[in-house]
Amino acid sequence: MNQLAGEFMRMLPFLVAAWLFLVGLYGIVTSRHLVHLIMCLVVVQTSTYLLILGVGYRVGASAPIFADIPVGTPAVDPVTHALMLTDIVVEATVMALLLALAIQAEERAGSVDPEQLRIMRG
Amino acid sequence: MNRQARIALFIVSGLGFLCFYIWGLHGLPGFGHYPGPYGDIINSLTVYQRHATDAITAVNFDYRGFDTLGEEFILFTSVMGANLLLRKQKDDREQKRVVDRADDRVVPPTSDAVRVIGLALVLPIVVFGIYTIMHGQLTPGGGFQGGVILASMPLIIYLCGDYHAFEKVTSHVLSEIAEAIGAGGYAVVGLVSVALGYQYLTNFIPLGETGDVLSSGTILLISFLTGIEVAAGIVVLMISFFRQAFVYRKDGAEDGGKR
Repeated sequence: MNQLAGEFMRMLPFLVAAWLFLVGLYGIVTSRHLVHLIMCLVVVQTSTYLLILGVGYRVGASAPIFADIPVGTPAVDPVTHALMLTDIVVEATVMALLLALAIQAEERAGSVDPEQLRIMRG
Repeated sequence: MNRQARIALFIVSGLGFLCFYIWGLHGLPGFGHYPGPYGDIINSLTVYQRHATDAITAVNFDYRGFDTLGEEFILFTSVMGANLLLRKQKDDREQKRVVDRADDRVVPPTSDAVRVIGLALVLPIVVFGIYTIMHGQLTPGGGFQGGVILASMPLIIYLCGDYHAFEKVTSHVLSEIAEAIGAGGYAVVGLVSVALGYQYLTNFIPLGETGDVLSSGTILLISFLTGIEVAAGIVVLMISFFRQAFVYRKDGAEDGGKR
């Protein structure tokens, strides 16, 4: 039993990532509004942050910034942090692009409900 | 596909995904047991090799600089794409003009508290943004974070005043030029190192003293350029969305009233 609990804790952040992914995906599948759909996509994206930062984490280690700690102090993986921090900013602008597409969808098709947007036009 | 079928498909594929995911997790080292060695090597080398104390910024703008160049161009193209989609479009033929449906609503005036605190924050935010960009190689920060902080300055002016105040402190043309300089400058830094006979994006500027603001060579330069690009890109986005909301929709409302 104890071993099972340990195994569960060992995987907890990764399971939360899977939960975020599935919840966001469920929102996308059942969405009735394009803006809601875009927000759900952001939730899906958040799961990748958690997954990748979870991979780079190390128990008891500090942030990989050696301004006030000596080099050699155990620190977490800086590569995962670098990847995620660029991704958060880039994601914000990609979201703006998607929201602009939603505005266009309303102007062109007169609806923001994905169910109503069945007819594709060139 | 109707709604029920879609949800059924989601449940089946979601369960399948979970099974494979949990199976896959068994091969991963547990949470909190990072196996290395890549991150550890960078952690132990950045201070000596690049004179940068923030390993994250060093990875972003030096060790994986080429990767970040790609990320930057994703940012650049998505800003340009949003800008293109939100421009004023001439062909009204096919298109139903979108009008502000709540055009007659009363907008409550900005409270004095928001105005005073907001205006007091404008200068500190600019200083803090520049500080964050310039100290990226020493402490947490860098072009991406500092750029976003800088870009929040016009937004605060919009919060304190109105769209016209926002329009006065921003310039679409200048922001686009700054964005292009930021994005292009990053690529040019890489080309300069090629011209000097190194590999693309090699750190060719003298590294300076560890802990100084002007240290770690091209990391600082690229961080600065990225800061300009991110700040200008987000300002371009804000201008596009505000124009869409306050100028074009109002025009549409006026036309709709005449017809």
